[in-house]
Formats: sequence, structure tokens, C-alpha cells
Amino acid sequence: MNNILKSRLKRGILTRRIDAGGPVPPELETLGAEMRERIKKRFGRSFHIRQVDTGSCGACVSEIIAATNPIYDLQRFGVDFVASPRHADALLVTGPVSKNMAAALRKTYDAAPEPKIVISAGDCALDGGAFKGSYYTAGGVRQVLPVDLHIPGCPPSPEEIIKALLALLK
Amino acid sequence: MMDINRETYIEAAPERFAAECLRLHKRLDSAVMTYFAEDLRKELGIFRLYCVFLDKEKKAWTVVRTGLPGADARMTSLSKEMFSAGLFEREMGEMFGIKFEESPDTRRLSLHDEVWPKGYYPLRKDFSPDDAARAAPEGDYCFNRVDGEGIFEVPVGPVHAGIIGPGHFRFSAAGEPVINLETRLGFTHRGVEKLFETMDADNAVSFSEKVSGDSAFSYSCAFCRGIESIYGLEVPLRASIIRAIFIELERMYNHANDIGGMAVDVGFGYPNALASTVKEDLLALNRMLTGSRYLKGVNRIGGVNADISGEMKPLLLDSVLRAREIMNELNGILHSSVSFMDRVDGTGILKKKTAADLGVTGLAARASGIRCDLREIFDGQVYGACRFKPAVQEEGDVLARLNVRFDEFEASVGMINKMAEMLDKAGKSGLKAEYIPKAGAAIGSIEAWRGPVIIWVRTDPSGRIERCKITDPSFKNWQGLCFSVLGNIIPDFPLCNKSFDLSYPGNDL
Repeated sequence: MNNILKSRLKRGILTRRIDAGGPVPPELETLGAEMRERIKKRFGRSFHIRQVDTGSCGACVSEIIAATNPIYDLQRFGVDFVASPRHADALLVTGPVSKNMAAALRKTYDAAPEPKIVISAGDCALDGGAFKGSYYTAGGVRQVLPVDLHIPGCPPSPEEIIKALLALLK
Repeated sequence: MMDINRETYIEAAPERFAAECLRLHKRLDSAVMTYFAEDLRKELGIFRLYCVFLDKEKKAWTVVRTGLPGADARMTSLSKEMFSAGLFEREMGEMFGIKFEESPDTRRLSLHDEVWPKGYYPLRKDFSPDDAARAAPEGDYCFNRVDGEGIFEVPVGPVHAGIIGPGHFRFSAAGEPVINLETRLGFTHRGVEKLFETMDADNAVSFSEKVSGDSAFSYSCAFCRGIESIYGLEVPLRASIIRAIFIELERMYNHANDIGGMAVDVGFGYPNALASTVKEDLLALNRMLTGSRYLKGVNRIGGVNADISGEMKPLLLDSVLRAREIMNELNGILHSSVSFMDRVDGTGILKKKTAADLGVTGLAARASGIRCDLREIFDGQVYGACRFKPAVQEEGDVLARLNVRFDEFEASVGMINKMAEMLDKAGKSGLKAEYIPKAGAAIGSIEAWRGPVIIWVRTDPSGRIERCKITDPSFKNWQGLCFSVLGNIIPDFPLCNKSFDLSYPGNDL
């Protein structure tokens, strides 16, 4: 226990004010504060996302996880990832939609309550990306579900994911 | 340097093939490393089978090859004598329609019965996706059933609770202990090997980075090595060292991720938070060095696109030393936590014999006492100079897999320091070898962080890919996971699973 406390105190707060370096404009923090306000009003304080992977290579998934690490700390804006679609305001879908996942994706969508916002992330999720034309991909999330927002990138960086979510809620 | 891996081919008649494979399996003490087919019906009227073993002594791949008549391709199943052949046979069954007689399991792997019709084999050259799309799917998949009083099944997935790829786990349990675990994978099947067949070797390098994202660099490295072997290229020393540095950086960020993941899977949050900052720092370092957090675009045929200049060296070394400091702290926190040790010590044991029979490779094999690491076998020039020694543990439990990761993380830091010194001595020996495309076939391999990534590739005279067979360490290691959880309680499954941390996309292709 002591060593954890010591380690914790030594590090201090790591969460980066996303304002210097990186491809993201400095107004992100202010946008984040605005987002927090909107989430409070529209979604009763928290905006919950269920992530569904439909055949990504794992890089998009890794970056989504990174957006929740202590450095980016997406949760501070009121956004969090949940374990069940039943608790989700939105689905965040990665991958070109393998034929094996099309049914599971639809079922996950059916299980989510309104407003059932669908966000796709990564170039594969847009139109199949590098896997376009394969005998086994549906060719993007749009072929299976109505998509409200797409986050481009291969993979999109944590900053880009956060920025896109801010824009969605604006 | 033997950047170009050595291969010995043995031609066997179809009726001698099984016996020859079995002989090598025993003599070399090697599991089936990969086993695949190629459709040569148009050229030679045959399907050719390749069964690959690893000769650790001669530091070479030994490949047994045979041709099966194209009209009626059948072969005796090897899997009754060599368990490690089983999954490969199922894969060839679904992809080529080759029949393996007396096989204990002929179910399809990636082409799910619910969506894919019978009799359509995607890796045959005359396969028509349009015909397959019009045909009706096969039906339902049949799980292995455990019967008996009080036995119940717990189905999990394909959509999991975490932010992770899809797969299905079917537990049969009696009370608390797991009696059987069956994985059903293939949910991320994208037809990767077929897509390779439409590409030039040059374009295929960037595609190889998209097969398994957490091993993007290892994949492109293995792929390039295969092509380099066909073209007869000698990769400049400087490029070999740079590749080795990036392989170790990839290993480090993934090991940090998994160590944190194992802590969070027993509800211990702080180590995960700390480890995720290490991962983030290493990804940021990757971006500063190469422009890509996942080291994409670095490898090219004949060498690398990115140099590590003198100005970047301090950044590299400072970053890895800082990472080491935090990981050491984390090591202390985890090993001094009684409740954490109680959860990992003796949990999810994979016995050495089981691991060997299943053909478990890489990190998981080393945690079960099997000393095998391709860095020691094929990469002597760079790793030999670093005095590389594989990290081996004997116990085969979650703790052993945790400790192998800590040991490898530590070793990677030391080796990156050494490699940076070697870069100074290598001078400006160039970053790439020039080449002209050639026809041929070869194996490219690398010890990625999970274990060996093995890519066998054939090109035509213009450098077009005719066949590309990828074998991810996860392919056989998933079976290792299934055996390791037997007798453990279901709540320990996430922990066991994370201690293997196997790839869905690398397995499913």
C-alpha cells in the first residue's frame, strides 16, 4: 500500500492539457468543457459508448483504449465506455464488418436504447478500407447500420477520436 | 547476418508425406510451425502441401512438400499423431476443399456455417465470390458438448464487455471449475490471404501492417524478409539494427499494456493506470521517431524508410530508460501485493508437455519452460552482439507469463541501448538494398512480442504475390489458453486470457 501511495504522489496528475504539440487545436480543452455541459443537459450527465469491433486489426481499438488512459482521460468530459449495449447512448464501431460479425452488430444495435447513435472509427469502417472488395467483408459499417459520424484515420489517434466526439455533441 | 532465413525443402510422395512429417516432428523435436496448401492446378494439376518444422540446431526451416491430384485432393490426417497439425488441416479443408482422412475434427474455422455455403473454397484460384454470395449458407455450428449431472454452459461473445476484438468462448462448468472451454473464432475473418493475391510485393508491405495492428511492425518485417529472401537481398546492417530496435519497441509497449491488463483483470486499477502511461509514452516515442504510433510505413523491401539519427538517439534512450524505471516500480508494487500474487500464482497452468503437444509458441511457450525464440535462432548478427538470452520460466502459470514479460521488457531496454551503440559503428551503411523483382517462394519470420510471425510468400517474375500464407503465434496458442483454464474457476478466465493476450485478427486473417 505504501509503495502505491508513494508512486502515486511522486507522479502527480498526468492528464495532459491537450493544447501543445499534437495535431489538435488548443481550444480542445474549452470544447471539452462545453461538451461536458451539453452531456449534462442531453444525456443526464454522462454519455455512454459501447464499442463494437467488427474485424479491425486492433489498432483502432488500441487508440480508443488510449483515449481513456490517464494522459487523455476522455472520462473527464463525461464520456465513458460501458460493457453492455443496454447502457449505451452510442455505438462506436471499428473494422470493415466481417460477414461473421454482421449479425452480431445488428443485434448489438437492436439491444441499445434510443437514440442509438452510431459512430464508425477507422478507414476500414468507412468502406472496407484495405479490405474493400474482399469476399468476406460487408464493406463498411454503413452497409449494415445508419452511421451518424465517421472518424477517419488508420488508426485515428486518441486526440482525433476525442475531437470527433466533441464535434458530434456540439 | 542471416537476415535471410534458411530453408530446406524435402519432396515426398503423397503416400510418404505423413510418415516423413512424423519423422521430422520427432527428430527435430519441433511442433508443426505452419502447414498450408497452394493451388497449382492450372500449372501442374495439383494442390501442393507444405508442412514446416523448425530445426533449432541447424538454425533452419525444414519443409516437407508434396503434390495432391487437383481433381481429388485428399491426405491422411496428421493430427492424430501430431496434435499441432489439427487446426492447419481444418483451415486447408475450408479454404481449399482438401480432405483430411480420419481427422478427428473437420469443422470449419473462419468461414462460419451461418453465413457461408458449402463447397466454396476462397483460396482456390478459380473461386468466384459472386457464386458464393448467391448460395445458401451451410447451417449451424456444432459445439463440443459436455454432458452430465449439474453441468452447465456459459456462452460468452462474440461481442465482449471490454474494448477488444470479437470471439466466442463456450465454457462447460460443474459448479465453479471449468471442465471444457471451446473457442470459436473467425469473427474478424477478412479474407486477408486472398487479398494479398491481388497485390504487388511493394504495395503488399503496407497491407501487411493492417493484418494485426498491435504487431504491425513485426508483420511488415516478416513479410519483407520473405520477399528479400526470394529476391536474394542482403539488408544493410544499419537497417537490420533499426528493425531490431523497432521490434523491441513494439514488444515493450505491448508487454506494458498486458502487465497493466493483468492487474486490472483482478480489479487492481493503479498498476494499469501506470502501465498505460508507459504504453502511451512509447507510442508517442514511436510517432516522434517514425511519424507513426504503430510504426507503420517504416519497413520496405530491402530495408527501412526511417533512420534513427544521432539527434534522435538521446530521445530514444531517455524514453526507454524512463519506461524501465516505471516498470521496475510496477514490478515492485505487483510482487509485494499479497492479494495480487494470490490471484496469479498457480492460476492457469499450461504444462510443458501440453504446450509442446499443442505447438504453443513464443512468450506462452517460454513461460511453460520451452526455450525457443527466433531471435536466438535467426537473428544472430544483431541479437548475438547484444548477448541475447530468451526469458524462460518453468511454472507455466499466469505469474510465469507475467514474469516473462517483465524479464523481456528489461532485456529489451538493455538491448536497445546496445543496438544504439551498434548504430554508431554501423555508420552510414545505407538503409535499403536495391532490387529487381524475381519469381520464387520463401519464408520470412520474426519473433514478434507474442511469438513467431511466419509468412510464406510466392511471387511471379514481376513481383506479384501468388500466394501468401500467414501464421500468427495466436493460431496455435488459443488452444493453449483453452487447456490452461481447465480446473480453474470462470472468474479467473479474464486473467488467464489476458496473460496470453492472443490476437483475434492475426488468428482469423
